[in-house]
Amino acid sequence: MAKSRRSVIDRFLSGYWIGPLIPVLAALAALAVGAIILLLLGANPVTAYQAIIEGAVGSQNSIADTVVKATPLLLVGIGICVSFRGGMINIGGEGQMILGGLGATIAALALPNWPSWAIIPLCLLLGFVAGGLWGLIPGALKAYLNVNEILTTIMLNAIAVQLMNALLRGPLMDPVQIEQGSYIPQTARFSIATDLPRLIPTRMHAGTLLAILMAFLIWILLWKTTIGFRIRAVGLSPAAARRAGIRIKRYGMLALIISGAMAGLAGAVQVLGVNHRMFTDGTATGFTGGAGFNGIVAALFGQLHPLGTIPASFFFGAMIVGANQMQRTVQVSSGLITALNGLLVIFVVSSEIFRKRLAKKKEIEELKNTTQRPNPDQTMMEPT
Amino acid sequence: MTNELLTMTVFVGILTSGIRLATPYLYASIGEMFGQLSGVLNLGVDGIMLMGAFSGFYVAYMTGNPWLGLLTAIIVGGLMGLSMAFISVTMKAQQGISGIGLYLFGLGVSDLLFEQTLGSIRTVSGFQQVHIPYLSDIPYIGEIFFRQNILVYGAFALVPISWFFLNKTTWGLKIKSVGQNPAAADAMGVSVVGVRYVAEIIGGILAGVAGASLSISLLNVYQQNLTFGMGFIAVALVYFGGWTPVGMLLGSLLFSLVNAFQLWIQVKGVPISPDFANMLPYLLTILALVFAVRKVNQPAALSRPFERGES
Repeated sequence: MAKSRRSVIDRFLSGYWIGPLIPVLAALAALAVGAIILLLLGANPVTAYQAIIEGAVGSQNSIADTVVKATPLLLVGIGICVSFRGGMINIGGEGQMILGGLGATIAALALPNWPSWAIIPLCLLLGFVAGGLWGLIPGALKAYLNVNEILTTIMLNAIAVQLMNALLRGPLMDPVQIEQGSYIPQTARFSIATDLPRLIPTRMHAGTLLAILMAFLIWILLWKTTIGFRIRAVGLSPAAARRAGIRIKRYGMLALIISGAMAGLAGAVQVLGVNHRMFTDGTATGFTGGAGFNGIVAALFGQLHPLGTIPASFFFGAMIVGANQMQRTVQVSSGLITALNGLLVIFVVSSEIFRKRLAKKKEIEELKNTTQRPNPDQTMMEPT
Repeated sequence: MTNELLTMTVFVGILTSGIRLATPYLYASIGEMFGQLSGVLNLGVDGIMLMGAFSGFYVAYMTGNPWLGLLTAIIVGGLMGLSMAFISVTMKAQQGISGIGLYLFGLGVSDLLFEQTLGSIRTVSGFQQVHIPYLSDIPYIGEIFFRQNILVYGAFALVPISWFFLNKTTWGLKIKSVGQNPAAADAMGVSVVGVRYVAEIIGGILAGVAGASLSISLLNVYQQNLTFGMGFIAVALVYFGGWTPVGMLLGSLLFSLVNAFQLWIQVKGVPISPDFANMLPYLLTILALVFAVRKVNQPAALSRPFERGES
């Protein structure tokens, strides 16, 4: 009896669809725990969640807001896919995004007379490079001095915030602010030429299309090129990768640079597409809106796959927009969403164990079925 | 300016606040050290600290008794440590990432609780200064070391206590063996899972106390994200301090003194951008990580879940 029941569960678990289902189950579990917390606080989870949904997709404007909020999440998230796949835990999305924003800002302010076709690509490129450099620092420290990249990326977040504050309160401050004596830490508005084209007459901008395009490019990079293969090999098994002749330090570092560059691009898109200037409230989230952290959640939710990260980002964009609405209408703090994101991360990484168990079981079955032993060399061969 | 920098009162002031500021770092880093020595990297310390800080503050505010607040922070911290143990030991989740999940959870829930219960920034009369008889009357020294409150003394007492625990008791030995060579410990009949659970719960309790030390002993106030990333610095201090209690003490002191100095610079209006002064502690942490080459003590099985039969 017990045996037959187990085999039913096994059959249930061994379908292909279980992979994509894991994040959905994790999301449901997180929402359930969130509901319990709300009940304990005496708030009504139904009205709270209803407010989130209405706030996120209730009107044309709210859908546009969701898309706008999803864009930096997607860009940061696809970068996270690269670094996590390469075995580098990049927690530095916030800092890299800030650097990207600063890079684009400096170009936009320095060249006010350039036409759109020249200044927009230049700003994006500078954001890309600045973010990449901010990823290079922990990457190089990890590769050559074996310094834990998790800790350095976290510290570099804090340093980036202070750098941003120093620049926006100093050399980059809007001259008008100084004239008026109000000293609000923000830059002047960039020239109209730097504005990313709007998609429809809403707040949506072309940065979203760029982000989706980048997701496809990163997918091609990771799965269709030698560089991507090597990055993934380093992440899967550094020892095996080294034996296969891959320079693991270099590729680990590269993964972190690409990841930083994507977050930098997110920062550049944010200033060109949404704010049209850079500003600070003293903390990181004032500029990033927490996208540097939430991009990690989106990437994990998208199974660390660039294409999976696309729907995941829109989902989280909706959650964030909805949470702000919830805070306004039913007075439940948007801290709820941060907590749910945390739970989601925990559930997604915890559910890995089931997938691993499944993979192992399949492997054993395959071994049973085949008389010939698989050649271990074959698994690590590089495509030419 | 230089004259002022060298006056005794200024010096005493920096040292006094340096000693005070070392408190949360000491609790949190020693707690994290226990976990890491057993082989579990808990990146969620900051989230646990926030939960400890809020729950301790809330109970102290409602009851007027900081001891009840401390007790609550201990319980909440212990429960958070237990959750981390379940996630990383039983579910074998990747620790770098699950710790960030725990951090986000703590950050969000503490914010949510704060908004739904207190709603605005309040103050509380936390632990009072305890003047140690005679010693507190020694000029300068007395002011620096012996007029602090009980949680500050507790943090410093924790250094010899944890040293004794780790080096002179079987439990300490078990924790270290499980972190260095879980397979061998397992073969000796030590429960790897059990020891890691205990170490994580100790770590959670201490992180909870670290948070409470901020909200009901040092600042006596609560606001959103009170810790401002201190928990992450505590994790870095564990590497910097080479996984020994004395190392945690030196690291915490260095860090808090730099912080006190940096605050003093800002108060005194020394012409250094406050933003760059704020950067100092983080730059120092990165430098500390780069130059902390004493990796000999690093637990060999750090952040690796234990699987019987796998090396």
